[in-house]
Amino acid sequence: MSDSLVIGGQSLSSRLFIGTGKYSRNSLIPEVVEASGSQVITVALRRVDPDSNDNIISHIPSRMTLLPNTSGARTAEEAVRIARLAKATGLGNWVKIEVINDQKYLLPDNAETIRATEILVAEGFVVLPYMSPDLSAALLMKKAGAAAVMPLGSPIGTNRGLRTRELLRILITEVNLPVIVDAGIGRPSEAAEAMELGAAAVLLNTAIATARNPLLMASAFRDAVAAGRKAYLAGLGPVEETASASSPLTGFLG
Amino acid sequence: MGFYEDVHALGHQMNTGLWGQYTKDDVKRSLCKEQLDKRDLQILLSPAAADCLEEMARKARSLTRSHFGYVMQLFTPMYLADFCINHCTYCSFSSIYDFPRKKLSAAEVRKEAEAIAATGIRHILILTGESRTESPVSYLKECVMILKEYFSSVSIEVNPLSEDEYKELKEAGVDGLTLYQEVYHEETYRKLHVKGPKRIYRNRLDAPERGCRAGFRTVNIGALLGMHDWRQEAFFTAMHARYLQDKYPECEIGLSAPRFRPFLGEYNPEHIVSDRALVQIILAYRLFLPRSGITLSTREPSALRDRLIHLGVTKMSAGVSTEVGGHTQQGGTPQFEISDGRSVREISEMLKAGSLQPVFKDWDMLEAELY
Repeated sequence: MSDSLVIGGQSLSSRLFIGTGKYSRNSLIPEVVEASGSQVITVALRRVDPDSNDNIISHIPSRMTLLPNTSGARTAEEAVRIARLAKATGLGNWVKIEVINDQKYLLPDNAETIRATEILVAEGFVVLPYMSPDLSAALLMKKAGAAAVMPLGSPIGTNRGLRTRELLRILITEVNLPVIVDAGIGRPSEAAEAMELGAAAVLLNTAIATARNPLLMASAFRDAVAAGRKAYLAGLGPVEETASASSPLTGFLG
Repeated sequence: MGFYEDVHALGHQMNTGLWGQYTKDDVKRSLCKEQLDKRDLQILLSPAAADCLEEMARKARSLTRSHFGYVMQLFTPMYLADFCINHCTYCSFSSIYDFPRKKLSAAEVRKEAEAIAATGIRHILILTGESRTESPVSYLKECVMILKEYFSSVSIEVNPLSEDEYKELKEAGVDGLTLYQEVYHEETYRKLHVKGPKRIYRNRLDAPERGCRAGFRTVNIGALLGMHDWRQEAFFTAMHARYLQDKYPECEIGLSAPRFRPFLGEYNPEHIVSDRALVQIILAYRLFLPRSGITLSTREPSALRDRLIHLGVTKMSAGVSTEVGGHTQQGGTPQFEISDGRSVREISEMLKAGSLQPVFKDWDMLEAELY
């Protein structure tokens, strides 16, 4: 059975998106790509240095779809400029909008993100906004032409899992767009949980990059995402509060 | 209202018995908490915490790795001019010293920039003494215009400026401000800053906040350790950082823990800060402000720097000269003696050997007219 995720006209068989930050060496990136089976990789433009002999881009296998992100942007205007610079640098026309003006928790600013989405969609970008899971903001991003929404599971880098689970569930049900859970996933079981909930994909970096064995962790996430997706497609059985009695109370009714 | 009022209010609580009242159990309780408050900060800087450095280090390392990963941002300072009208008892650039003062011409700035950029460095920190005639804002702007061709981030470490002047420099392309209070203890501050505008304590104390208001992306603060009781100084530095981070959440507030180094004159600091104390300070900063950048300068010897990289530090200087034009010229007067004279390549190799990735570029100048 074909179960591809289509974003920006591109058909993806892997639902695990990965990152490029936080690794102890850039040469780990191609190995993690291989172990994760991922097809989409995000990279902060601020780290891209075409003049460097260790340019991060040179470590990314050419088959990958690049998802440049606007890390460092504090306003919609800055995000727009970073996206344009990314395109001018030759990183393609996908962009993950990241607008953060809270350095304490690194929570995204949904209002600025919506504005940046409107501008960049109009300029022909495939826009994937990173957001706080809020239904009305997600609907506005959809209206603005976002290709997906990327709500956080927990604050970035915390490895705390799906603390926003109820809000994610509502987004998955109500926003008729791929919902990609981005940030906060620390364990493969949490990635599986997001997929079981009906997330279209998950994006993670810290959990792999800071694992003792990043390659083994990448492959663990590959399996977990696939398992969670299969479970979602299979339809999870109902969860009961109590055991089902073999002699039900209403059995006498025949 | 500014941090000055907080310094006063907090200063009154600084009694002699303060640090001794905390126990190891207090330290353990603080280490279990997610959000640390003022009292926790005092606990982590107290003598009781000195016996718990290993536990503190484990938590600090784990927080650093999850928030920053296995990377270390590198930068190089560039001294532009050493003219100075201040007399500070601990600095070689002090106006009382008679040595040939220098200021880089535009051509010399370009040569220095080429030499530093050739090492791979993309983040530069420019420094001057305080002289409105020799190194005014207009001079800084001229230098920034040249440096933008070579670097992706330019920060300044110069005398305190007005908010409008900071805005001017931000418009010119400067994205970061480093400004050390030197000493938070006001009385000691007055003793050490004998002459010149730097004597005005509050003008310096409020400058980082003016930088935040002007819209710099990063603001880095610190106390020069050794001038006064280090526990107090570290406490005020961290409280200052939190004050700024709370009030200006859009700005990245960073900390440094520079220790006093020998210089041209004969001043000797009254308060010796041991390696153990320095480690305790860095760990307390990391635990109190988990997402703040912590900078480690070449004031510290290589052997110690090689260890500190795993304990919370996120930025390091490399390939350093504290002389004006020190990357292309000979015979200048260093502001202070550095302890780690390793090249950018050597520092990078050391980081890689410690399983850390040296990061040279972590920003892009966003020229409004281009993008």
